[in-house]
Amino acid sequence: MRLNYRIILLVLAMGLTKSSLAALNVFACEPEWASLAETLGGDRVKVVSATTAYQDPHRIEARPSLIAKVRRADLLVCSGAELEIGWLPMLQRQAGNPKVLRGQPGYFEAADQIERLGIPDSLDRSMGDIHASGNPHVHLDPRRLSTIATALSDRLANLDPTNADYYRKRHDEFSQTWEEALQRWKTRALPLVGARLVVHHQDWEYFFDWLGIIRVGSLEPKPGLPVSSGHIVKLKKRLQQEPPLAIIYTAYQSPRAAKRLSQITGIPAVELPYTVGGAEGVVDLFTLFDETLKRLLEVIP
Amino acid sequence: MFLRLSLASAVSLALTTNAIAVDSFNPEISLILDGRYSAFDNESEYELPGFMLGGEAGRGEEGLHLGHNELAISANVDDLFYGKLTTAIADHEGETEVELEEAFIETQALGNGLSIRAGRFFSAIGYLNQQHGHAWDFVDAPLIYRGLFGEQLIDDGVQIGWVAPTDIYLQVGGELLRGERFPAGGASNDGKGASTLFAKIGGDIGVSHAWQLGLSHWRADVENRTSGGHAHEGEAEEVPTFSGDSRVSGIDFVWKWAPRGNASERNFKLQGEYFIRDEDGDVIMDDGSAAPEATSYDGEQKGWYLQAVYQFMPRWRVGLRYDWLEADNKGSDEEVLAEAGLDDEGHTPERVTLMADYSHSEYSRLRLQYAKDDSYEESDDILTLQFVMSLGPHGAHKF
Repeated sequence: MRLNYRIILLVLAMGLTKSSLAALNVFACEPEWASLAETLGGDRVKVVSATTAYQDPHRIEARPSLIAKVRRADLLVCSGAELEIGWLPMLQRQAGNPKVLRGQPGYFEAADQIERLGIPDSLDRSMGDIHASGNPHVHLDPRRLSTIATALSDRLANLDPTNADYYRKRHDEFSQTWEEALQRWKTRALPLVGARLVVHHQDWEYFFDWLGIIRVGSLEPKPGLPVSSGHIVKLKKRLQQEPPLAIIYTAYQSPRAAKRLSQITGIPAVELPYTVGGAEGVVDLFTLFDETLKRLLEVIP
Repeated sequence: MFLRLSLASAVSLALTTNAIAVDSFNPEISLILDGRYSAFDNESEYELPGFMLGGEAGRGEEGLHLGHNELAISANVDDLFYGKLTTAIADHEGETEVELEEAFIETQALGNGLSIRAGRFFSAIGYLNQQHGHAWDFVDAPLIYRGLFGEQLIDDGVQIGWVAPTDIYLQVGGELLRGERFPAGGASNDGKGASTLFAKIGGDIGVSHAWQLGLSHWRADVENRTSGGHAHEGEAEEVPTFSGDSRVSGIDFVWKWAPRGNASERNFKLQGEYFIRDEDGDVIMDDGSAAPEATSYDGEQKGWYLQAVYQFMPRWRVGLRYDWLEADNKGSDEEVLAEAGLDDEGHTPERVTLMADYSHSEYSRLRLQYAKDDSYEESDDILTLQFVMSLGPHGAHKF
C-alpha cells in the first residue's frame, strides 16, 4: 500500500516536471537548426523554425508572426555569419526580448563554432553580396555539424541546467550514430571525390570541402545577384572544354536557370534538398545527407 | 605541448580576427543616394484645396534634381541601448540643407516585450510613416500624408512600445511629442504639445501570406501652425496660421504574398491607409499687423490610398496606387478660409500612379513613375525617373 502511494507520487512528480520542463522555447532560423535542436533537446524543448526549405534564408521578411515568436523565445539558433542580416536584427530589435540578443546565452550562431570558409580578403559590393565573416552555409559539412552539435548541446545544458544530464545523454546518442553515419557516407561518396560541379549559389562550399568536390562555376553572376541569360551563355562556353558532372540547385532556388544550362550543354541538372524538408523523405539531418549523396551518385555515368 | 598550445592560440587568434571583421562596421554607416528627373505637364503652382500645406509637401522639383540623400549612422551603444542618427541632405531652392531626420536612442534590454525610444524619430502612426523614403515603393508619399503631415510625421519625444507574449503579433504603444514641427506647429504646452497612441496586430495565413493591421491616433494642441504664405500686389505677405485642437485617427493594413513564402522570384504586396483629421480653432491671416483677418475654423479632412506592388520576376516590379482626399471645412468667415487654402473649391483631390522599377541587386534600384495628378482642378501629368542606391551595411527593413 505504501509502495503504491510512492508510485503514484512519483508518477505525479514526473508528470509535473515533464510539463514544467518542456519549457525551453527554441527559435531556429533555418530548418537544419530546428532539426538539430529537436534531436538534442528531445521533449525538453519546443522548437519553431522561422523558415522552410522552400524559402531563401537570405531573403526573409521581418514578419509580425516572427516578431511574436522571437518575443517568447529562450534561445535563437541561427547560421550566423550574416546570413540572416536582412531580417534577424530587425526581429531582435522589435521583439523586446533581451535574452536572445547577440552576446547573450540565448543567442547561438552555428558559424561561430567552427572554422569558416570563404572569408573575403576585402569587402566590396562590386563582388556581390559577400559576407565579411565568410560563407554562412555551414551545416552541409557533417564534420563541422558534429562540432556545432556539441556546442549546441552545451548551450542547452547551460540554459536549462536541471536537464543538463538529459541533454548530454541525447548528445552522446546523436554523436555516436552521427559518427557511424559519417563513416558510411564517406565510403559511399568515394566516387564523388574530385568531381566538378556547377552550383546555383555558393551554398555548397562546406559540402565540397568535406568531399573534395570542385566548384567550376555559379549560375549567379555574382553571389546574391539574380541569374542572367548573358551569364549562362558565358558559362556554357567556359564549360565546353571540360564538362562538369552536374549542375546543382536547391529547393528554394528557381530551377529555370539550371534547366536552361542543362538543355544547351547536356550536363544533367540535379535538385538537392539543401536542408531538412527540401525533398520527400528528408525528415532529419541523417536523411538530408543520405538523399543528397543518393541524388549525386545517380548522375555518375 | 608548447607547439600544441601555440597552435591553439594561433587558431583562437585567427577566430578573433574573424570576429573583428564582423564588427568592423561598428558603428554601421549607411548612405542612400537618390537622384531624379521629373517632367510636369502643368506649370501652375501646386495646391491641395481644403488642406493647409506645410513641411516638404509639394510635387517636388522639375527637371534633373537630387532627391532624398541620407546618411545614417547606428550602433549598439552598450548592452542596454541602441542609437541611430539619420541626416537627410537635400537641395531647397539652390541651397543645400542638412536636416536631422532621426536622432534617437532605444532600449534593448528592458525585457517583457517593452522598449522605449527617445529623441527624434518617425512617429509610429500609420504604416508608411515609419519607413524611410528610400524604402517606399513609389517616388513620393501618398496624398493623404502630404495633406496631413507634410509628407511624413517626424517629431521629438519619447515612445513606449510593448509586444504581447501571444501567438499572434500584438503591439501597443504611445508617444509623447514636442509638437514643434508641422502639423502641430509651435512647441505648445511647454514642449509636449502632441501625443499618439497606436496598436498593431499581425500574423501569417498559411506559409504564403502575411498581414498586419494598425490603428493609430494623434492629437495636438496646435499653436500657430503656419502654411505657405502669399503676397498680393502691393500688400504685405499674409501667412495662414492655425491655432486650436487637432486630432488624426487612422487605420492601416498591409498584406504580402509570396509563393511558399519565398519572395525572391515573385511576390505581391497590397497596402492601404485611411486617415481622418478633425480640427477646431481659429485661423488668422498673419500679415504682421495687430488685427489680421481671422475666422473660426471647424475642419474635417480625410483621405485614403490603396497600392499594389508586384514583383513578377527577379529584379522587376510594377506598382499601381490610387489616392483620394476630401475636405469639409467650416468657419465664421468663408472668405478668410478660402484665402487660407481651406476651401475645397468643390474639388476632391485624386491621383493615379503607375510605377515600374528594376533592381540590379538589392542595393540598387532604378524607377520610372507616371502620375495622373488631380490634386487640384488643373490636371497634371507627372513623369519621374529615379535612382535609389544604398551603400554600406544596409540594415534590415521593417515588415
